[in-house]
Amino acid sequence: MSNEIISPENLVYTKPKLMNDTIMHYCPGCSHGVVHKLVAEVIADMQMEEKTIGVSPVGCAVFAYRYLDIDWQEAAHGRAPAVATAIKRLWPDRLVFTYQGDGDLACIGTAETIHALNRGENITIVFINNAIYGMTGGQMAPTTLIGQKTSTCPYGRDPEIHGYPLNITELASNLQGTCYVTRQSVETAPAIRQAKKAIRKAFTASMEGKGSSLVEIVSTCNSGWKVSPVEANKWMEENMFTVYPKGDLKDTTGIK
Amino acid sequence: MADGEVTLMKGNEAIAHAAVRCGADGFFGYPITPQSEIIETLALMKPWETTGMVVLQAESEVASINMVYGGAGAGKRVMTSSSSPGISLMQEGISYMAGAELPGVFVNVQRGGPGLGTIQPSQSDYFQSTRGGGNGDYNVIVLAPNSVQEMADFVDLAFNLAFKYRNPAMILSDGVIGQMMEKVVLPPFKPRRTEEEIVKECPWATIGRTKDREPNILTSLELKSEVMEMRNIHLQEKYKAIRENEVRYETLMLDDADYMIVSFGSAARISEKAIELARAEGLKVGLFRPITLWPFPEKAIVAAIQGKKGVLVAEINAGQMVQDVRLAVNGIVKVEHFGRLGGIVPDPEEIVEALKEKLL
Repeated sequence: MSNEIISPENLVYTKPKLMNDTIMHYCPGCSHGVVHKLVAEVIADMQMEEKTIGVSPVGCAVFAYRYLDIDWQEAAHGRAPAVATAIKRLWPDRLVFTYQGDGDLACIGTAETIHALNRGENITIVFINNAIYGMTGGQMAPTTLIGQKTSTCPYGRDPEIHGYPLNITELASNLQGTCYVTRQSVETAPAIRQAKKAIRKAFTASMEGKGSSLVEIVSTCNSGWKVSPVEANKWMEENMFTVYPKGDLKDTTGIK
Repeated sequence: MADGEVTLMKGNEAIAHAAVRCGADGFFGYPITPQSEIIETLALMKPWETTGMVVLQAESEVASINMVYGGAGAGKRVMTSSSSPGISLMQEGISYMAGAELPGVFVNVQRGGPGLGTIQPSQSDYFQSTRGGGNGDYNVIVLAPNSVQEMADFVDLAFNLAFKYRNPAMILSDGVIGQMMEKVVLPPFKPRRTEEEIVKECPWATIGRTKDREPNILTSLELKSEVMEMRNIHLQEKYKAIRENEVRYETLMLDDADYMIVSFGSAARISEKAIELARAEGLKVGLFRPITLWPFPEKAIVAAIQGKKGVLVAEINAGQMVQDVRLAVNGIVKVEHFGRLGGIVPDPEEIVEALKEKLL
């Protein structure tokens, strides 16, 4: 094939300028890389790179601070919304967001999450829900589906033993402090475009002081689920989307 | 009230007033007896309308300390306060702050334990305070006020030390000092720092990566052991500098004394009276009061015990600081302990009796 078309004027896509040239630790097929890219693009699109502080979680995204060329604080497990609360209150003209997984946000950090959202802190929480603890090797998460096998529910999640999956995003949509609560995914090009719009809306709402935003990204963890990336996407579409249906759960922002 | 005016207030109230006056940017707290007057006073003062200071009641002590982590990481002068069980909940955040080298201030108005314990005063968090308290090899700077005046004065001091060394600093008070009313002269008003001043003082702060610098990343995590060891060595070097430069203590009537009482905080006030009683009986007793519990004034104690016949460590616990005194004294003279437990505050007479019984 000829390389003649590879020239600057034909460039239609490039790595976001806020993505560092660092080898990511994420597994091939993982959703994190795509979401990182979207966050990086939105910050650059909003020209907020000099005024953004990210708060990374404990979990697979603990090293998010290595990948985006902005200021970061790494929070204790589950505490990112409390950390972000203070940063935003003390620097109200900054864009402050947290990036958290299901274990961090919906289990150990449930109190911090619910209360930051309910206070209407002008922050955005980007919530990666892959229904499993990825970093520690595939244990049961608060969002693990009924019947789903993990290393701590190897015979499948049984509500009699393990309780039910926690739909924290729906809970968040019922809180008075939230202005924008949405559930997205990044397994197809249209879904990615939609997810980017959602992140942009959430960040804009944060800067306009409209309240708290929660952007859930229903995600895959092919390593933890022990399937191929392609199979993981299929499994997510068939199983996750029925329990965690996509779309806006709440939008009072008035932002297009 | 005007600058320099003498006023009467509780130790807890003095903390609140001093915070506003020393240019604090934020207070994040959760109610617990016997320190709730701190956040209550701040709420009444509404400093967000005057100095712009943020005051926020958090959902827990866990959230409070992590708000302090976030605020300190963003270069701001932020603090929290609690009492013993709440301080236990904060230990995770304090350890993370030590690891990420963040300069927050926290106040412990101690009550008796263990567990939910009692709401009455105690000094039984000495070990927790002076040994770090959470996981890992670290120390926090610990200041022990013995009066409402020192409650007021130590807020600014704690912030200054915290920022000087990028390390958490603690004011270790107790229910006696927090609740009692005394005369106090509040510190003069100092404006909050401007953004330019914060950038200059805290080039490490996460307030948005400007084009002229690399991103600031605040974390206590490092998976490479070789790098993590270097970070720990750096922390230990910092602690060594703090031990060399920041020891504070006070002595009273030690020159002619045959016996030395070592006490901190409220117990030191009781020991002062005990010394008066002992001297009225002809017993020459003096006081050594550590003001910094970490760094501990071990060299000063060794110097002070020369020529003394014995030491009584009087503290409101089962015998905690006495271990540090014994380590310092290293067998040169006899070191005994006296304490009351469970929220009982000892009388001066009990301390005199203990001294006679254990040392004479």
